[in-house]
Amino acid sequence: MQSRRFIDRAIKQLFFLAATLSVLVLLGIFGMLLMNGIKAFEHISLTEFFFSSNWNPAAYGKPSYGIVAMLFSTFLVTFGAMCIAVPLGIGAAAYLAQVAQAKTRLVLKPIIELLAAIPSVVVGFIGIVMVGPFIAKVFGLSNGLTALNGSILLAVMSLPTIITVAEDAIRSVPNSFKEGSYALGANQWTTLTKVILPASYSGIIAAIILGMGRAIGETMTVLMATGNALAMPHGFFDPVRTMTATIAIELGEVPYGTTHYYSLFAVGALLFLISLGINLIAENIAAKYRYKA
Amino acid sequence: MKTKLQVKDLHLAYGTKKVLKGITMDIPENKIVALIGPSGCGKSTLLRAMNRMHDLSPEVHIMGEILLEGDNIYAPGRDAVDVRRKIGMVFQKPNPFPKSIFDNIAYGLKIAGQHDKQQLQEVVERTLKSSYLWEEVKDDLDKSALSLSGGQQQRMCIARAVAVEPEVLLMDEPCSALDPISTAKIENLMLELKKDYTIVIVTHNMQQAQRVADLTAFMYFGEVIEYAPTEELFGNPQVELTRNYLEGNFG
Repeated sequence: MQSRRFIDRAIKQLFFLAATLSVLVLLGIFGMLLMNGIKAFEHISLTEFFFSSNWNPAAYGKPSYGIVAMLFSTFLVTFGAMCIAVPLGIGAAAYLAQVAQAKTRLVLKPIIELLAAIPSVVVGFIGIVMVGPFIAKVFGLSNGLTALNGSILLAVMSLPTIITVAEDAIRSVPNSFKEGSYALGANQWTTLTKVILPASYSGIIAAIILGMGRAIGETMTVLMATGNALAMPHGFFDPVRTMTATIAIELGEVPYGTTHYYSLFAVGALLFLISLGINLIAENIAAKYRYKA
Repeated sequence: MKTKLQVKDLHLAYGTKKVLKGITMDIPENKIVALIGPSGCGKSTLLRAMNRMHDLSPEVHIMGEILLEGDNIYAPGRDAVDVRRKIGMVFQKPNPFPKSIFDNIAYGLKIAGQHDKQQLQEVVERTLKSSYLWEEVKDDLDKSALSLSGGQQQRMCIARAVAVEPEVLLMDEPCSALDPISTAKIENLMLELKKDYTIVIVTHNMQQAQRVADLTAFMYFGEVIEYAPTEELFGNPQVELTRNYLEGNFG
């Protein structure tokens, strides 16, 4: 009796520890980024960091630390990826959840999930040897390694996330909504667009946000496939270098403890805050539109 | 007495399991017909066959005919969407869409192509009045239908079904999830609605069948055992099985 209660309590503590640990790790990471990042601003003005588009920390004599170009590049590539992945992903999710026969679904679903298992370096490779040249050919560019290339690849990479989460959301819409709609003389398309998708709104938003998080944080693929030009891009046909790629490229070679070193942490901290913000917004939307079953 | 809906030798199977075994019955216009019988006797299945709800389940096989004013709703090429527009349905559990009250009721009209705001408003008001819900919700039309009580939700679902002006209204145990007061309101509503509609109701509640139905069919294991005017069926059942059931010996 005594020992059972002890085990009970011990297990409870164990789970509590596990939960706290993940929170601590999260806080630890952010703290580390922040502590290091803040040191960068001993030598860089906030104005330069946030409003200059000139990033050249290794320049002899007068280095520059403006992140606007890479910030914009990150948003550009992510936005492009979402423009492709959201309609495709929701369409696929709706098809899987509502239209497809059980057999079809049983085949398609694992294949889509397998898409997530492709290593990002392989996706980047495909971007360099196939998608990039294809883009160059179609649009008559001298170089296909552009923001568009990155967008297409990131779209493919975020599709499994979007499809899986959105499909769950759509599937969880009570069958009674569907029947109610059909009973009023609605066809399948109307039922889907007017009743089922609106009813799964919060889940679909969550799916999009998660996909977006995947795209923003992705490093290797964009590093390989977007050309890594530091200049401010003018559109999807320009090569870009995202925040993630910048950190990955430069952190390995930067001397420890320099302003350049700390500035990369500042970029990382900002990236962290962006992801955090996106997730908070998603949580908020999801909570607001969650309906009672 | 004009026949509105005619079921002719209807067989239905879920996969290999036979659920309806040759149902034949005539449903007269502007009457309420109740389907009673023990759980699993096929009454809900029969009701759902009447507006082709089973089309959504690929494992269901149907043979036989159901004629709406002489036209077989299962005829090849007959559009199920068109059938359901003429034969509406109210479900056992109230199923308001997660939309406003107004949008719930306007839904059927909107998808049929009616977008005139004035017209929609008129229909919403009229149908809510006809389901005696107007006074309770007229200031809350923009609020979510999910904020209504269960009884209100069900009356709203009836209003929603009526808004598209079907010819027949099918009701699958519409009061089983409701309290006695809400039930009484819906029964009164049904008696009111039968002036304009033909109603078929599935019910487990014998008193309800006696209160509202003009005709009652007793079903057992996928067959209609007895189908007669309600008073006759309850007062003087002709079949032994019916009498046993009504006396509460099984079911």
